[in-house]
Amino acid sequence: MAAGKGEIAADGDSDTLIEIVNQSSSSNLEILDLARYVSFVRDPAAGAIATFEGTTRDTFEGRRVIELRYEAYVPMAARRLSEACAAARSRWPLRRLAVAHRLGVVPVGDASVFIAASAVHRADAMDACRFIIDEIKASVPIWKKEVYADGEIWKENREFFERRPAMAAEQDKAPRCCGCGSKERVGIR
Amino acid sequence: MDNNTCEVPVDATRELNPESLIKIKVLFFARAREIMGLADMTLEVAPQSTAGDCLMTLLTKFPKLEEICNSMVLALNEEYAPKSSTLKNGDELAIIPPISGG
Repeated sequence: MAAGKGEIAADGDSDTLIEIVNQSSSSNLEILDLARYVSFVRDPAAGAIATFEGTTRDTFEGRRVIELRYEAYVPMAARRLSEACAAARSRWPLRRLAVAHRLGVVPVGDASVFIAASAVHRADAMDACRFIIDEIKASVPIWKKEVYADGEIWKENREFFERRPAMAAEQDKAPRCCGCGSKERVGIR
Repeated sequence: MDNNTCEVPVDATRELNPESLIKIKVLFFARAREIMGLADMTLEVAPQSTAGDCLMTLLTKFPKLEEICNSMVLALNEEYAPKSSTLKNGDELAIIPPISGG
C-alpha cells in the first residue's frame, strides 16, 4: 500500500497541503522542500508563520545511528494528516497549513517531518504546529526503524501508547478525528 | 473482547463451508511485515466475523504474531477500529504495530 518509489501522496485542499514524500531511489534521496511549504502558507492576511521541523538524531541511548528508514500506510496516513489539520482548524483560527512527512531512508540530520502554519496571530500558528506534530506522533500510521552499527530497532512513540486505548475502544465506531468531529472535506490533488 | 489478551478461542479454527466465506485483505506494516515476511495477504473468514476473529485466525496460523499482539491496534478500511467491528467482503484490515512517525 506504500506509494511507489518517487511518488508523492498529496492531499488537502486549497488552504491545506499534505504530502507524504517517498524515496525515489537509494542514490536520489527526496528531501523535503521546506521553502516550498513555507511559501505555501504565506498569506497577506497572516501576521505569523510558525514551523516545526523534525530532524533525525545521530545517537539513541549512546548508540550511534547510521540511518533511519521510514514506512507508512500511505492512504491512511494521508487521511489521518488531513483529519489532524481539520482538527487544528477547529481549535485555532488558521489561515494556511502545510504538513509533509518523508519516507524511505532519511540520513541523520535531515528533516523527516515538517509543519508550517499561518495565522493572524502567532500564538495560534505556534499552538497548531505543536498540536499537529503531537497528533502525528500519536495516530498517523508511519513507522521508523533506527539502524545502528550493531543492530536495528523499530521505534515506538510514547504518544501512540497514550492514544491506543481510544483507538481500540469498543464504543465509538465513528471515524475518529481526535474527538473534534470536524467535517472538513478532503480533496485528492 | 479484551484488548490485552492473545489467547486463541477454540472456535477460531472451526471448519467452514468454503462457499460462504468472505475475503478480507490483511495488511502488515513495520515489525508485523517482518514477522510475516509479506506486506499483505487475503484471508477467507466466515460472514459476520469480527476484526478480532480475523486477528485470532491469524494468530493461530502465524503464532509469531503474538510478539506484537499486545501493543498493536487494528485499522479497518483506513480507520482505527475496535476488535468488535464486523467485517464484510472486500474489507481491508491493517495490523498497526506501535507507530513511530515524526
